[in-house]
Amino acid sequence: MLALQILIDGFAISALYGLGAVGFTLMFGVCGVLNLAHGGIMVIAALAGWWVAADYGAGPYGGAAIGVGVGVVASFVTYYAVIRPIQRSRAIPAVEQEIFILTGTLLWGIMLQVGLDYLFSNNPVTMQPLLTGVVRIAEVRVPQNEILIAVLCWSVIGLLSLLVNRTRIGKQILAASINPRALTLLGFELSNIYLVVWTIYGVLAGLAGVLLASFLGASADNAGALTASAFTIVILGGLGSVPGSLIAAYIVGYAETLTAYLIAPTLRPIPALIILVIVIYLRPQGLLGRR
Amino acid sequence: MPGMLRSPLPLVLLVLVLAGGAAPLWLDAYYLGIFTVAYYFGVFAMSWDLLFGFAGEVNFGPTFLIGLGAYGAGLLNNGGWPMPLCIVGGAVISVIGGVALAVPALRLRGPYFGLVTLVAVLLLLDFIVIFAAQTGGEIGMMVPDVLSISAVVNYWYAFGFLVIAGVILFGLSRSALGLILQATGQDRVEAQALGFNVTKHKVAAFAVSALFSGLAGAMLTFYQGTASVDQMVDLSIAVQIIIAVMFGGRRTILGGVLGSIFLVLFDELLRPIGQLNTFVVSGVALLVILFWPDGVLGYVLRPREGR
Repeated sequence: MLALQILIDGFAISALYGLGAVGFTLMFGVCGVLNLAHGGIMVIAALAGWWVAADYGAGPYGGAAIGVGVGVVASFVTYYAVIRPIQRSRAIPAVEQEIFILTGTLLWGIMLQVGLDYLFSNNPVTMQPLLTGVVRIAEVRVPQNEILIAVLCWSVIGLLSLLVNRTRIGKQILAASINPRALTLLGFELSNIYLVVWTIYGVLAGLAGVLLASFLGASADNAGALTASAFTIVILGGLGSVPGSLIAAYIVGYAETLTAYLIAPTLRPIPALIILVIVIYLRPQGLLGRR
Repeated sequence: MPGMLRSPLPLVLLVLVLAGGAAPLWLDAYYLGIFTVAYYFGVFAMSWDLLFGFAGEVNFGPTFLIGLGAYGAGLLNNGGWPMPLCIVGGAVISVIGGVALAVPALRLRGPYFGLVTLVAVLLLLDFIVIFAAQTGGEIGMMVPDVLSISAVVNYWYAFGFLVIAGVILFGLSRSALGLILQATGQDRVEAQALGFNVTKHKVAAFAVSALFSGLAGAMLTFYQGTASVDQMVDLSIAVQIIIAVMFGGRRTILGGVLGSIFLVLFDELLRPIGQLNTFVVSGVALLVILFWPDGVLGYVLRPREGR
């Protein structure tokens, strides 16, 4: 009974974590960018979606669409206003680019968080669920929305895998993650590929934010924690490895759900952090990371 | 070094130290209080710069070290220890914690190292909340003793500490240790090939950073009479330290002090716009990173050093 409840809740949460982390890891794998404004982008999408859905009568689906759109816009702004200037700057030595990107996106994430806090206050908002109603699975009441979220997350992840493995642009993305130099020599414009990746990233982060808002609720204050959890999942799974991130998302999701149900909700984040520390010390490249 | 001597820096520093020392003569208690906090922040920033600017390690957990110092000292004080011993004790706890974190973590590079330090802060935050009975949880922990009740004396303590920490950290950064750290930050393999024990030097840097962070955290606790999560452990404090160093100029040590004073004064100036001031400060720091990545002090110093 309780076990089934944990199994179902954990599955939905983990799927959501996975969706959020896949974009993050794709971004690192292809563009070499660790975007610490990740949580900020998720939250701006969530709040924008909630706002148009509630105040302008766009309804849950309209709100979700607008939210995803805002996620894409926020992702482009991150690329053009923060990442590109750092990558093109002559004053920043190449070896230090990584730490500048970390600090730059960290600051941009704080700006998003504080700006949203100012506009929408930090009360968590819950978006109208996409589906209302409840189904019973062997005595456990499960909101249909929770099932829809899990299905949506996995469909999007499946679509992404089709895109990367089966389409022309997907193969270019894959190639860019393996050897960007060779790709340029073959006559492909690398910045176009990066733009596609940032678009995909915006869609994934935006959708994850919107779904999060309709499941657990979202507020500006969450931005930091969301970034930290995506970062945790991605490092645990291995930087740049999409399957690794998905496995890690399930480890973290279930560790949190088990703790919340069986020990105490306040201890929720701790086991995942301890697992992470142990894994990093024993296997620094993460579960499925390449070295 | 010769470039340093030819530059007006030592003279400027002397004037600044004299001006800072004489500040109680013309500043009222309110502004002395502001500068007192800024000076402790300056020490946080300088300690962080030793790791970031010189060793090239992004430590997202400076507040782990500060928090260990602050809460360690506070707990000892609540246990009946006299205040000076508590400050030393807090610093010792911070160094032990820092080395315990650094020894395994320094096997990791770049983002992995950053994440482990970040996780250390998150765990410390969680433990402070779990053991709320002893630590006061999110409200903060009162300590029985205070440094002084006089704003001027408190200012002197903070200023004296800032100057001593500044001299030691700046000296270290210009010593062999600083050079080796800088070399490892730029090319780890080559530094190793030259026969330097990279890990040993980085652990030493981490220990020094922890020592001063812990001392500053403990002193700040006794200045304010409380150790609080919001002011010493929260990640937003780490962000402010990062902003202070980036703004003032990384790899200059003293830039962190400049950045801290700028941050605290800016915060006062922007008080009328309330909540939005963090937005503006982060924005300004982002612009500085994008357009003057060497920061204010770096921008002033670098050309004269012939770089």
